[in-house]
Amino acid sequence: MIEIQNLSKTYRTRLGERTVLDRVNLRLERGRNVGILGCNGAGKSTLIRMLSGAERPTSGRIIRNMSVSWPLAFGGAFHTHLTGLDNLKFVCRVYGVDYKPLVSYVEEFSELGVYFREPVSHYSHGMLSRLAFALSMAIEFDCFLIDEAMVVGDVRFHERCHVELFQKRRDRAFILVSHDASVIKLYCERACVLHQGRLHEFETVDEAYAFYDEQMVPVPIEV
Amino acid sequence: MQSLRRSLEIQGRVLWALMLREVITRFGRHNLGALWLVAEPMIFTLGVAGVWTAAGLRHGAGIPMVAFAITGYSSVLMWRNSVSHCSHAIHHNISLLFHRNVKSIDVLLTRIGLEVAGATGSFAVLTVFFASIEWITLPVDPLQVIGGWLMLSWFATGLALTVGSASAFSPVVERIWHPTAYLLFPLSGAAYMSDWLPLPLRSALLWLPMVHAVEFIREGYFGPVVHFHYDMAYMAICNSVLTLSGLALVRLADARIEAE
Repeated sequence: MIEIQNLSKTYRTRLGERTVLDRVNLRLERGRNVGILGCNGAGKSTLIRMLSGAERPTSGRIIRNMSVSWPLAFGGAFHTHLTGLDNLKFVCRVYGVDYKPLVSYVEEFSELGVYFREPVSHYSHGMLSRLAFALSMAIEFDCFLIDEAMVVGDVRFHERCHVELFQKRRDRAFILVSHDASVIKLYCERACVLHQGRLHEFETVDEAYAFYDEQMVPVPIEV
Repeated sequence: MQSLRRSLEIQGRVLWALMLREVITRFGRHNLGALWLVAEPMIFTLGVAGVWTAAGLRHGAGIPMVAFAITGYSSVLMWRNSVSHCSHAIHHNISLLFHRNVKSIDVLLTRIGLEVAGATGSFAVLTVFFASIEWITLPVDPLQVIGGWLMLSWFATGLALTVGSASAFSPVVERIWHPTAYLLFPLSGAAYMSDWLPLPLRSALLWLPMVHAVEFIREGYFGPVVHFHYDMAYMAICNSVLTLSGLALVRLADARIEAE
């Protein structure tokens, strides 16, 4: 179970404090999933950062009774001097997993060939995201955090991610954030909408979608 | 108890993972690789020992210049490098915090651990090497040297935690640290013995905690060749204050972290 209790996050800007998340509450049971819809700048990625533990809430708290992944396919923690294999070893050490049985899986899935043992600085964009996704799948978690915008790649790659995540790991919980209602509708059993810092919960994805659609009427952006 | 043990286990695992990562990213796998961690401070110390010897400095205490330089300059490297590598360390490693168990304090402790290990290795290797070719003698009281060295490591840890986490608040901290470190070097006890100084100056410089450790280490190394001035209780208090302020600042810095 993960429970977000009254979580708020404010950031300092030059024009004073800005509240990105405002008293957000959410509960997710083991094996269940939820989609969070929100337009650009609604605070989706901020919520993911709080959930992964990269940032602290300004107030409120998050209770985690299951293991939570780092944001799926997040490649920002790669160091350019490290090889793909080094990066695998690193995450395995951090999570206390033996890396040896995983080498062949990651090597195969990332399709890096000889580059698996070359520094990441020599990788193309596509190679980076394949490695990032493969590493995310190498460590087992109870709950996956997925920021849809982070998972980039071609159609075939998306299909393989789909099989790995939503078919082979069907029993896991996940939280998926996206600005795209069709993605949420495809994968999630329920949905919430993040709008102006507040999280609105809905029974069905359709209700969430209707609300989201209503809010999507273009409003002048406050600066 | 159970959960404390588990926490320590995780922390140990994370620190080990970060340390290996840091060694590869900093030194690579080519030529000496991880040995640079010790080689770099050794080169520094040798250079300083060479310059001081060539300049014909005399201190009249019957101590070989090489031993004087090794005990002094290794001490400087310990606190100076720990702090330098900790400033902006949190910022540089911010993406690692996406892994739940990696905390900003782990990032700082990793860098401190490596610098302390490097300075210690350099000190040990140089001492054994010069003793084996009989340029210097081995310490008179090795336990006292080790004790002083541990106090100095603690000092370096506290100072690095404080400056390292403070640098997360403002870039001014790092800008001020550089000149401060530079100015502290001649004052830190590395290049003089307190006993040579006139009294008002000596008491003024003894406000600096690291002077006490250097004096203590040198007494352990050379024996009572001069009168050494130190108060290890005072240094312990300074170290405690630095450590606590460092830990508090890390906590405050955590609340301000903005990941990418």
